[in-house]
Amino acid sequence: MSDCRRQWNREDELPVYLAGPITTGPNQRKSYGMFTSAEGACDSTTKDYDNCAAGRRGTRTPRSFSRDRLLDYAENPVPEAASEASEQGKVCINGLLIRGGRVVNDDRSEFADVYVEHGLIKDVGVNLTVPDDVRVLEANGAMVIPGGIDVNTCLLKPHLGCPPVDDFFLGTKAALAGGTTMIIDHVVPQPGDSLLEAFERWQASADRKCCCDYSLHVDLPNWNAGVQDELEVLVQEKGINSFQVYMAYKDMFQMTDSQLYEAFSFLKDLGAVVMVHAENGDLIAQEQSKILSMGITGPEGHPLSRPEELEAEAVFRAITLGNRVNCPVYITKVMSKTAADTITQARRKGSVVFGEPITASLATDGSHYWSKNWAKAAAYVTSPPLSPDPTTPDHLHSLLACGDLQVVGSAHCAYSTSQKAIGKDNFTLIPEGTNGVEERMGFVWDKAVAMGKMDENQFVAVTSTNSAKIFNLYPRKGRIAVGSDADIVIWDPDRTKTITSKIQQSAVEYNIFEGMECRGGPVAVVSQGRVVYEEGEGLQVQQGSGRFIPRQAFPDHVYQRIRTRNKVKGRQGVTRGMYDGPVYDVPAMPKYITPSPSAKTSPTSHQPPPIRNLHQSNFSLSGAQLDDNVPRRSGHRIVAPPGGRSNITSLG
Amino acid sequence: VAGHLYYDRLLVKGGRIVNDDQSFYADIYMEDGVIKQIGDNLIVPGGIKTVEANGKMVIPGGIDIHTHFQMPYRGTTTVDDFSQGSKAALAGGTTMIVDHVIPEPGSSLIEAFEQWRNWADEKTCCDYSLHVDITHWNDRVKQEVDILLKEKGVNSFQVYMAYKDFYQMSNSELYEIFTFLGEMGGIVQVHAENGEIIAEEQARMLEMGITGPEGHVLSRPEELEAEAVFRAITIASQTNCPLYVTRVMSKSAADIISQARKKGNVVFGEPITASLGTDGTHYWSKNWAKAASFVTSPPLSPDPTTPDYLNTLLASGDLNITGSAHCTFSVAQKAIGKDDFTQIPEGVNGVEERMSLIWEKAVTTGKMDENMFVAVTSTNAAKILNLYPRKGRLAVGSDADLVIWDPDTVRTVTAKTHNSAAEYNVFEGMELRGGPSVVICQGKLVLEDGGLHVTPGVGRFIPCTPFPDYAYKRVKARKQLAVLRAVPRGMYDGPVSDFSPLSRGGTPSASARTSPTKQPVRNLHHSAFSLAGPPTTEDLPIRPAGRRIVVPPGGRSNITSLS
Repeated sequence: MSDCRRQWNREDELPVYLAGPITTGPNQRKSYGMFTSAEGACDSTTKDYDNCAAGRRGTRTPRSFSRDRLLDYAENPVPEAASEASEQGKVCINGLLIRGGRVVNDDRSEFADVYVEHGLIKDVGVNLTVPDDVRVLEANGAMVIPGGIDVNTCLLKPHLGCPPVDDFFLGTKAALAGGTTMIIDHVVPQPGDSLLEAFERWQASADRKCCCDYSLHVDLPNWNAGVQDELEVLVQEKGINSFQVYMAYKDMFQMTDSQLYEAFSFLKDLGAVVMVHAENGDLIAQEQSKILSMGITGPEGHPLSRPEELEAEAVFRAITLGNRVNCPVYITKVMSKTAADTITQARRKGSVVFGEPITASLATDGSHYWSKNWAKAAAYVTSPPLSPDPTTPDHLHSLLACGDLQVVGSAHCAYSTSQKAIGKDNFTLIPEGTNGVEERMGFVWDKAVAMGKMDENQFVAVTSTNSAKIFNLYPRKGRIAVGSDADIVIWDPDRTKTITSKIQQSAVEYNIFEGMECRGGPVAVVSQGRVVYEEGEGLQVQQGSGRFIPRQAFPDHVYQRIRTRNKVKGRQGVTRGMYDGPVYDVPAMPKYITPSPSAKTSPTSHQPPPIRNLHQSNFSLSGAQLDDNVPRRSGHRIVAPPGGRSNITSLG
Repeated sequence: VAGHLYYDRLLVKGGRIVNDDQSFYADIYMEDGVIKQIGDNLIVPGGIKTVEANGKMVIPGGIDIHTHFQMPYRGTTTVDDFSQGSKAALAGGTTMIVDHVIPEPGSSLIEAFEQWRNWADEKTCCDYSLHVDITHWNDRVKQEVDILLKEKGVNSFQVYMAYKDFYQMSNSELYEIFTFLGEMGGIVQVHAENGEIIAEEQARMLEMGITGPEGHVLSRPEELEAEAVFRAITIASQTNCPLYVTRVMSKSAADIISQARKKGNVVFGEPITASLGTDGTHYWSKNWAKAASFVTSPPLSPDPTTPDYLNTLLASGDLNITGSAHCTFSVAQKAIGKDDFTQIPEGVNGVEERMSLIWEKAVTTGKMDENMFVAVTSTNAAKILNLYPRKGRLAVGSDADLVIWDPDTVRTVTAKTHNSAAEYNVFEGMELRGGPSVVICQGKLVLEDGGLHVTPGVGRFIPCTPFPDYAYKRVKARKQLAVLRAVPRGMYDGPVSDFSPLSRGGTPSASARTSPTKQPVRNLHHSAFSLAGPPTTEDLPIRPAGRRIVVPPGGRSNITSLS
């Protein structure tokens, strides 16, 4: 695995990318700082294509799968030989030429051909010299874009022991069908579980089933010293650089503000991206019991008990914490206008904060929670809930177009109707999650680009490039350039399709976008240099071909500003002489049995700074005096004598 | 009215009466502490004392809605007791104060209230009311709050979002308190600062070796105030309860309040004398005692444009009420924290300077007119305490608390001449235009020709009643509108997946996750589940590993749909 773990941020790698015809010149590129060195970048300076091709297994014919979804793939593990295939072996080595397309990156578009070999982009330009026997994909003037990166999926997150119906195979298949060639899934350990074990469980399952490259976020179910050790291992050895914390799910995942402060501080020192599920869990719990006691048990109770204010409040608090700790904050699942506005305002003030709206919040609204059809209403249940305000999707698209929100995820977490029905008599038990991995790219195109809010370059930025930058995958992913991974989509802006659960890849019975028309879609999808989808040919995916893509800590896009601020934000005390005036006697023990006054102000008593202790001993010395048993007169003040200010050493 | 008081019959002649809505020239006649007549050419008994206003403004006496006189702190008390404090208030044109009762966490609210009443009845020189702070929360406290509201004449209660492990309330407790007070017609006052982050920041500052008063402001940045204000507003809006933010000290907190008001939240903000008059740059003073005298929470903002900004919002009506948060400690008391800023007793002076300072900063600068001046110094406070129009207005039948205001008098604030017992005045050296030339309290002349004549113990406790219209009219209307209804649906009769009632880790059960409080309704549902449970659990081993029950093709017809 390690020999393919290339280091992309070495400055001396620059020429490899700059040689490509579509880059925009060293000076300009450098000004973005994308290629400045990252901490701990390793030594391999040139990509060794031969090495990459070492495990030639490209002859493996792709298995084509029927719609027989009831088959549980866990029952039929991939044969030993296949699962032992090295990463290189999963990559298709045959050459592929994408001809006559318009290459669209986040910074510019140009007409060029793209030549792919060994799963990497070898050349971009016109009149390329390529071997004769390569496969040619005609783009016919359509857009050639980097494959989408879906930064938020939950394909193995259990709810009360039930895994979602879309596992890594069905989920990534759906992703590829929609033009997404990489997913980042959430590892969700249960409170008390080992993060490492959970991570390995997720990785094992994904390695067996994923059809496209993947990476993993790890969610922190609680905060303690053990977690800290595991985090270090995950960041430094396992290639994880993003962790999610929860402000909701009281008594389960929720962290207090103090824990969040500590977690933020710790993760910042590790150089990780802190992702926040922002909802006020305390208030939700209160609202839920109130709503249930009013006799509202259906899915409409879900949005009623989680109003968007609570989302905005938590976003505000998370940003405040981020500012205090000087730590970047990434808000997952921006579902409402107020939450998005809070992020916008914070960015205006200079906070390093990123927002991720999801397919559902960008394409539909929460009015369906009031559907008379229970199963339909329940299909929309996710947290934070979809906003019942029908203008929300439009607003979020506007913010996405202007750059105030950066990344689009899907939060794809598909539960079947029978699983949703666990909460048929109590909305708080309904498993949370909506579909969206397949529809993600299409809806951003339909609602933002086709409406004139966004141009095609920004489309690429929000669907892949920005995610790659934030999670330190750039420019390996999220860009069509020489040396990048050959995850490419030929995008047809004029294709129209109607979303329906009958033709979707996902196994859910209810598609929350059912019946919506969507302009724009992929005509061909290339993943790891292999054509996995071509219009007319159908989807040809290979289970287990997905590689785990490790990610380095300290992504530049996130941490450059943080580093500079660390340097300029030093704090100093004021140099004063010692105060030598009168000091009021404070009883060593407080009058009351209640928490001591020191607890009032210094709660972290378990690690008192040495300075404090010195002072405290001072106090008790002066506190325990002969006259301690003599009750003091009331109103006994020790007043500085007239002209008392002269008693006070003043250097000024 | 107590008989031991001797009330002058007084005529104020030739003044311009300024209320919050209009100004007009008229004479005022008062008797027995109540305004009897207002108008020209009044028919009054002979031989009464007449005060010539000479065309000057006659305004309702100020109401300082936030004081801490004679406050116990770690075995000591603040240097201004009720007599000294109310004397300073009267000297500045304030004829009523509202003090905070701060019960020790765990002790009885009512006992503390009675204690404060004894202290105040004994010494206060002007009328007073009391807020009660809720320093812990349980069912007994709830009952006491109920009694205080219904029988004791307290309608406002302060809760703390700061002072971790001491006064601080969790979000759930805040929600319960807000809900309760929203139903009972009380006003929730919040001390808005995020105590948890403050605690972390304090530890960090001390670790860095910053122990002086500058550590106070560094560990309590204004963001934390704004965050807590935002959270309090969210909770208040969820519970449909009017919210009163005490001590608005920073621009960002004030902005949050004005944004919320634009969105329709019922929220009131109270800047204090110190935040309207000075800033937090003094925390870096080389003189420890001076720096320490500015220590209050939330701290004064180091941004020197803050006072101006807050005065602007006060003039525009985004902030409504001014207090002083007068809480004075001697230098020796402040020196308890000489080596650790977290131990410095918190509080600044301001009861005497409040009215003049607002006149100087807002009215003479042209931000505010004289009517608005009356509104923010007395009328709005009277409205929210439900004392209007008894207090906060010059009208027939109102209490005879009034001030002849001289807009041209200039005085320099200094600790040498102020009426407080504190050695340091945070406004030291400031020139203030505008001040009272005559103060009449309870129909008696207390300030005339520069002479202050106060009588400790004459102050009466003024009971406040719940549901002040100023805050509750809107809340009541919204309550009627905001009725939530369930969607009538048929029972879902489709298949239901197996699930383990316990989550995998053996950690909190699923029900704990989502419903922290015991709900009889919930239990019913649970029993329904367990009825359906046994047959399916028996099936379990037979099922293939991918134990999903999938709806048959056309499965949607299984689901009862009424539409």
